[in-house]
Amino acid sequence: MITFVKRPEPSKIWTIATPILAVVLTMILGGLLFAAMGKDPVAAIRTIFWDPLFNEQFAGYSRPQLLVKAGPLILIAIGLSLGFKAGIWNIGAEGQYIMGALTGAAVGLALYPLDAWWIFPLMVIAGAFGGFLWAMIPALLKTKFNTNEILVSLMLVYVAEQILASAALGFLRNPEGNGFPGSRNLSQIPAMSNPELITGTGAHWGVVAAFASVVAAYVLINKHMLGFQIRLTGESPRAARFAGVKDKLLVVFCLGTAGALAGLAGLFEVTGPAGQISIDFGAGYGFTAIIVAFLGRLNPIGILLAGLLLALTFIGGELAQFMLGLPSAAIQVFQGMLLMILLAMDILVNYRVMIVKKESA
Amino acid sequence: MTELLKVVGLTREYPGVRANDDVSFSIGTGEVHALLGENGAGKSTLVKMIYGLEKPDAGTMQLHGSSYAPQNPQAARAAGVAMVFQHFSLFEALNVAENVALGMENPPKMRELAASIREVSENYGLPLDPDRIVGDLSAGERQRVEIIRCLLQDPKLLIMDEPTSVLTPQEVEILFKTLRKLQSEGTSILYISHKLEEIRALCDGATILRLGKVVGECDPKVTTARSMAEMMVGQTLHVPSREGGETGNVLLEVKGLDFAPANPFGTKLKNVSLTLRAGEVLGIGGVAGNGQDELLSVLSGEARTGKGAVMFEGQDVSHLGPNARRKIGILAAPEERLGHAAAPNMSLTENAALTATIRKKLSKNNFLNWKKTEDFAREIIKAFDVRTPGPGSAARSLSGGNLQKFVIGREVLQEPKILVVNQPTWGVDASAAADIRQALLDLAARGAGLVVISQDLDELMEISDHFAALNEGTLTAPRPAKGLTVDEIGLMMGGAHDMEVAEL
Repeated sequence: MITFVKRPEPSKIWTIATPILAVVLTMILGGLLFAAMGKDPVAAIRTIFWDPLFNEQFAGYSRPQLLVKAGPLILIAIGLSLGFKAGIWNIGAEGQYIMGALTGAAVGLALYPLDAWWIFPLMVIAGAFGGFLWAMIPALLKTKFNTNEILVSLMLVYVAEQILASAALGFLRNPEGNGFPGSRNLSQIPAMSNPELITGTGAHWGVVAAFASVVAAYVLINKHMLGFQIRLTGESPRAARFAGVKDKLLVVFCLGTAGALAGLAGLFEVTGPAGQISIDFGAGYGFTAIIVAFLGRLNPIGILLAGLLLALTFIGGELAQFMLGLPSAAIQVFQGMLLMILLAMDILVNYRVMIVKKESA
Repeated sequence: MTELLKVVGLTREYPGVRANDDVSFSIGTGEVHALLGENGAGKSTLVKMIYGLEKPDAGTMQLHGSSYAPQNPQAARAAGVAMVFQHFSLFEALNVAENVALGMENPPKMRELAASIREVSENYGLPLDPDRIVGDLSAGERQRVEIIRCLLQDPKLLIMDEPTSVLTPQEVEILFKTLRKLQSEGTSILYISHKLEEIRALCDGATILRLGKVVGECDPKVTTARSMAEMMVGQTLHVPSREGGETGNVLLEVKGLDFAPANPFGTKLKNVSLTLRAGEVLGIGGVAGNGQDELLSVLSGEARTGKGAVMFEGQDVSHLGPNARRKIGILAAPEERLGHAAAPNMSLTENAALTATIRKKLSKNNFLNWKKTEDFAREIIKAFDVRTPGPGSAARSLSGGNLQKFVIGREVLQEPKILVVNQPTWGVDASAAADIRQALLDLAARGAGLVVISQDLDELMEISDHFAALNEGTLTAPRPAKGLTVDEIGLMMGGAHDMEVAEL
C-alpha cells in the first residue's frame, strides 16, 4: 500500500524536479493518447515541442510567435501572482487587459494624426492607468464593503467586453474604415506602433516589459519588505496583522499592480500584434495567465518558464493540427493533461511517498 | 486490588522518532493512575494506542486478563475504555443532550437521554442542565459534557488528558470529587497531567515517561513534587529567582478601556484598567476565553481602541499600529504560536523578520537585509537553546516548546520597554519553562515592564509582583501577589468583583 507522509518542510529538490517530471510524464501519456488515435506518438510530440522552434520549414514563422504569445501571458501572470501569494484572488485580468488596451488606444487616437515621439510613451502610461483603474473597482469595494473580489473582478470582465464592443462599433471606429467595425490600425501609425524590436524574434516592447516585470517581481518578493508582507499575508493573515501589515493597503497594491500590468499587456498587444481595437480583441490572455501563474508556482522565474511552455504548446498544438491532422480537441486534452499532471505532482513537494506493507486486519 | 489493564512492551515508531519505546505499566481496578512526562515524552501516543487511535508496532495489552488490541475507538469504547480529550469536540449551537447523542452509536430518544444525563450529573456531583446550549457554557461545564458522555457508557477505564488546564481552582475541586466517587465505585482512571500537586492529591500510582521510555514509577502520595519533576526532566530543576528589584516610574497605563472585537465569538473587554511600572511583572490569570487574546491585541496594537485608552510614558498610543508601538518599545508575544506569533511555513529567519525589522534595524530603505536577519535568528536560537537544524528550518517543523522559546526569545532579545506575553510556557517542558521565566524576570530586572497573561497560576505566583484576573472581559484590580491565597485567587477568577469592596 502506498501512503503519503507529510514532510516537516517543503522539499526544495522536488519543487524544481516536479515540473520537469510532469512534462516528461505528459509526453509519455500524451504519446499513448496519440498512439491510441492511430498517430505516430513520436512525431506528434516532436511536432508540438520541437518543430515550432527548430524545424527549418516552420521555425521561421513560429519561433517569433513564442515570445509574442508568451509576453502578455508572463506580464499578466506576474501581476496576478503578487495577489495570489497574498490570498487576493483577482480573476478579472482579462477585463483589466481590455480596459488597458482601450484607454491607451483612445489616448493615442485622440491625438491622431499628430506625430510626436512622446505619444507612444503616453499611451503606455494610459494603458497601465486604465487597467489600474479597472482593478480599483474590486479593490475599493473589497476594502470599503468587504465584497468578494473574485466575483466582482470576474463580472467586470463581461462589462469590459461590452465596452470593448461598443468602442469597436462606436466611438473608436475607424472613420475611414468603410463602416467595418474596428479602430484604425495602430501598428501602422508610426507614432503609436509597437514594432518587433529585433527582427525574427517576435520581441516587442511588451516582451521587454514582461522580462522586466519578472526581474522586478523577483526583487520585490525576495528582497523587499512589501514582498515579505505579501508572502506573510498569504501564509498567515493573522501573523501578518501582528507583523503590522496594513491589509487594506495590500489589497489595493496587489489588485492595482495586477491591473496595471494587465493594462500594459493589453496596450502592447493592441499597438503591436493585434494592431487595432476590434470586437474579438480579448483573446483570453487574462484567463490563461491565471494558469501560467499557478503553473509557475507563483514564482517569477517559474512564471517565465510556464509562460514560455504554455505558449509553446499553443503554437505546437496548432502546428500539429494542420501537419498531422490531430483534432483540436486532442490538443486541448493534451494541454489539460499537462496542467493536471503538474498540479497533481505538487503533492511530492509537501509529502513523501512511502510504501508500507498492508496490515492484516 | 486486581489488575484491570496491563501494558507490556508497547513500542510505536514515527518516521524519525520513537515515540514509545518498550513501555510497560499496569492499572488496578479502582486505581487512579497518573501518566507523567514532559511534552514529547510519549504520553499522547501511549493513550492513543490504549484508546485505539493508533496501533502499536510491538507489544501487547491485556484488559481483564484477556488480550486487548482495539482496532479503533469504537472497539475501545465497547471494551469499556473511555477518554476525555484536552480539546473538546462539541457543537456550540446544539444543546447538551444533542451533543451527547452525537457521540453515541445508538442514541436513545432525546427525552430518555436528557433524563439519564440528569441522573448521572446528580449522581456524580456534576451540575449540568441537558437543555442548555453548549455555546453558553463555561469551559468547566463543557468538560462536564464530555465526562458525562463517557460516563453514560459505564466505562471501566476513564482516560483524562490534562483535564484541569481549563478549570478554576473551585472547578478542579468539583472534578476531583467526581473522580474520587468514580474510583470508589471501581472505575479506574488514567490521569495525564504535568501539574504535580494535583497528582499528589489525587493519584494512587504514577508512571513517569521520558523520551518515550518509562523512567520510573512512584507513589505520588509519598513522593515530593520536586523529585517527580526531576524524574520527568532527568536533571535538577532550576527554579527562577525573583531579583526583587525596585519598580520604577509608570510605563503603561490603561484606563476604563472598552473594546468589542471584530470576531463575533471574541470576548468584549469591559472597563479594563491597569498600571504597569518599570521593572514590574503584572500577572494576569483567568480561564482561557475570558478576554486574554483581546487584551493582548489591544496592547500590541493589532486592535485599535478609543482615544486615551492606552497611555505609554504619558503619551496616548491608542491609535498606533503594531509597528509604531514596536518602535517605541512595546512588544508582544501572542499565545497562538503557529499562525499568529509565527508563520508556519516560513523559515525561522523569515519569522525573525516578522517582528524584529524595526528594533533590530534589519531593513534599509524597506529592503530586508537577510544576512543580518539570519544572524539575529541564530542569536535567538543560541541564546534560548532552540533545538532546530538551523535558521532555515520552517517554523512548523519545530516542536511547540522549541517554537515558543524562539518566539519569546525574538521579543526578549529586542530589549523591549514593555513586553506583553500570553501563555509564555504553554506546552513547554519544565526545564525550558523555567528558562523562559528566568529570561522574563531578567528582562524585568533590566527595567522593562511585563504583562504576563497565563492560565498557570503556579507560574504567575512565581514571577508576578502584582496579580489580576480576567473574567468575562473584566479585569479585577491588580493586587500584590505576595500573600494571596488560592481561595482569593479563585474568587478573583470566578468573578467575585466585590471582594475589594468587602475588604475596605
